[in-house]
Parts: sequence; structure tokens; C-alpha cells
Amino acid sequence: MKPTIRGVQGVVLDEGLEVTLKEMTRLCGISDRLVRLMVSEGLLHPRGRRPEDWCFSGLELRRARRALRLQRDLDLDLAGAALALELIEEIEALRARIRALEYQLGGRD
Amino acid sequence: MAATRADRPEQAGAADTPTVEYKDYYQILGVPRTASSDEIKRAYRRLARKYHPDVSKEPDAEARFKEVNEANEALKDPEKRAAYDALGDQWRAGQEFRPPPGGRAYHREFHFGPGEEAGFSDFFASLFGGAFGGGRQAFRRRGQDQTVRIEVTLEDAFHGATRELRLQTPELQPDGQVVSRVRTLKTRIPPGVTQGQQIRLAGQGAPGAGGGEAGDLYLEVDLAPHPRFRPEGKDLYLRLPLAPWEAALGATLEVPTLAGTVSLKIPAGSQSGRKLRLKGRGLPGKPPGDEYVVLEILAPPADTEAAREAYRRMAEVFAFDPREDL
Repeated sequence: MKPTIRGVQGVVLDEGLEVTLKEMTRLCGISDRLVRLMVSEGLLHPRGRRPEDWCFSGLELRRARRALRLQRDLDLDLAGAALALELIEEIEALRARIRALEYQLGGRD
Repeated sequence: MAATRADRPEQAGAADTPTVEYKDYYQILGVPRTASSDEIKRAYRRLARKYHPDVSKEPDAEARFKEVNEANEALKDPEKRAAYDALGDQWRAGQEFRPPPGGRAYHREFHFGPGEEAGFSDFFASLFGGAFGGGRQAFRRRGQDQTVRIEVTLEDAFHGATRELRLQTPELQPDGQVVSRVRTLKTRIPPGVTQGQQIRLAGQGAPGAGGGEAGDLYLEVDLAPHPRFRPEGKDLYLRLPLAPWEAALGATLEVPTLAGTVSLKIPAGSQSGRKLRLKGRGLPGKPPGDEYVVLEILAPPADTEAAREAYRRMAEVFAFDPREDL
């Protein structure tokens, strides 16, 4: 049995996390250009005006990675991946809402 | 009639090589062995849309998608497909398959994109794994990121917890074979994680090749169903049953939160469905979520003569028409 690797520190990808353009390219394994394209496509919404000031949240990092997976695995272009992602996220939010509302209505779930 | 190992003389003498499970890639994609590359592509896309872990709600989506992806990887490339076809069509899915020694008997050189080999089965690795250049691996490549779903109880999401993970990681051997290795790592789930949220563990993904750095490991949180609370983001919902007189007259009740019980004042004249907010009693964060207590008035059963009499008296006293708006 291999020894356990202990004390591995994780970072939660939440709204509190700040990711720069450079980190974004490294973490997603993509070019600067593609990140800019994702921003202009409306897929990512960084804070900051100029690309060198851009600051993405952890949630945006997750979106970017998801969009790239969809693009690669389903053979989509970026606009198609953006659309798929928007719909998926909306469905997820609606599902969570339905679960909460059903519960409030006293339904057995 | 399925072939047995004894029917396959070319397997003799390879007794030291461990067997792996044969995969029927055509069956996985639902296409005949004679399918054109276009048909394979279409079948892959259809199944990928159906089982993609980001899209699908099917319970086994992740495993199915992996399988479909692997089948596509093997069949979309004419050289790999030819090597696979050369095994013959007498094999059946799940059958014990003994890879040829060295694992490279069928071909010379396959080209994999970054990290493509990660997550494929031992069968795939035994067939194509020898293609990494037998230790002559020259180019430097970052390891693939891995995503693992972890189930977290609401209590652990609230308090934080330490988690031991067992992970299967593909590893490139010096001889060019890819083997999957199990490793264990311990990490802390910080307090305040929510449904679907990811935690990134830097450098804990698949190892790199040619001196490249390892990929990252992403843990995706799946909150376990809780008997009392329903989470929505960082907020929690709790249904609180009340007796009619508690709702009508008001009451101060002990209600559960994830940090223990708190006193909650139920205002007089409350109705079912009324939501009372316990500010900051949801999952921790900046800002923390709230706990919403949803009131639910239950009618006591009229199962004794005294209870029925009490209801009859209520009917006289109230002259109440709950349906006046209908």
C-alpha cells in the first residue's frame, strides 16, 4: 500500500477567488487569444477594463473549463459551447429552485 | 460461439502478462464493424451529447461517457482502428484478454494529444499504451487535469472536514506502458462549500510526461441529501411543522440549525408557507447564507370523541370559510 499524501491544500473555486488572465491561460491550458475570445463571446465576464487588469472569479474559471470540455468533447464551436453552457446553468439553477420549492410545498422528495 | 483463450495460439507464452477485459468498441458506439468513419463520428457525437458529464443527468453518465470517448479514440484513427480490428471479431465484451507481450505488437507509433491517454481502460492502454516511445519520450507535456466527484454531507459542508481520497492515476512506465496506479491523499474540505462547487488541488492530477508538471485535481462537491435541510446555494430551507394554536397564538420554539438549535419566535397569526429567515444561519461564507424556516400547519387527528367535540366547537366558534375566494 502506497503511503497517503497528507495535507494537500485545496482552493475553492468560488466568487472570492481572483484569477488573472495569465493564471486563466495556465489553469485551462489555453492561449491568451482564446481567453480573449471567450470574453468577447460573452462567456466570461472579468472585472477590469484592459486584459492586463482582468480579474476572473473562481466561478468563471469553472465556466471556462466546462465550456472547453463541451467544445472539445461535443465538437462545438465557441458560440455553441457558450449557448450550451448557458442553458445547462439555467437548468441547474431551475432544478435547485424546484427542489427547494417542492420541499416548501411539503412534497416528499 | 465465443472464442476461449485456448483457441488463440498466439497468446501462448504470454502467461506473465496480466489479462485485461476486452472492450467491444463497436458495440459501445452501437455501430457495425463495417461502419464508415462518418458513421462512427455521428454515433460518437450522439452518445457524447447524451452522456457528457456536463450535460447528462443519467446516473452512470460519467462511466458511460468515458467508455464512449475511449471507443471513439480507438476507432476514429484509421491506424488504431486497424490495430483493433486485427484482434479479430470473435472476442466478446468483458472477456479476458491477454495483451501481446510488450503491448506494441500491432503498430509502431501512435500520436496522442496532451493527456489523451488519461482515463482510458487497461485494455486500451494494453493495446495502444506502448505508443509512447518506450522511454524515449522526448516532448515535455503537462499532465491532464482530473475531476472527481465527492459526496459531502451538509454537516461537513458547514463545519469543514478532512477527506481521504483514493484515486486512480494513469502513469507512464519507463517501457512506454501506461498502468493505472491507486494513490491515496488526504485533503481538507473547507467550510462553506455548496452544490457543484469545485475545489482545486494544484499538481494532484495526472503526472506529466518528459519532465512536464503534473495536472491539477478538481474535486466537485455533490451535497448528500439531508433528512431536515434542503440547500439552495448557501441558503438552507427547513420545514417546521406547527400546531394550529401555535401558529394562531404565536410561540417561541427551538428550531434546528446546522450549528445547533436556536430559539425562534413564531408571530401570532402565521399561516402555512410563511417563511421566517434566520440570518446568517446557512452555509458559512462571505456573506454566509441564511436559513429559511418554512411554516407548515398540521391539523391534529380527530381520533377521540373529545377531539371530535373540540373540532365541532371550533366550527361553531369560528364561522370560518377557507374557500371564500374560490
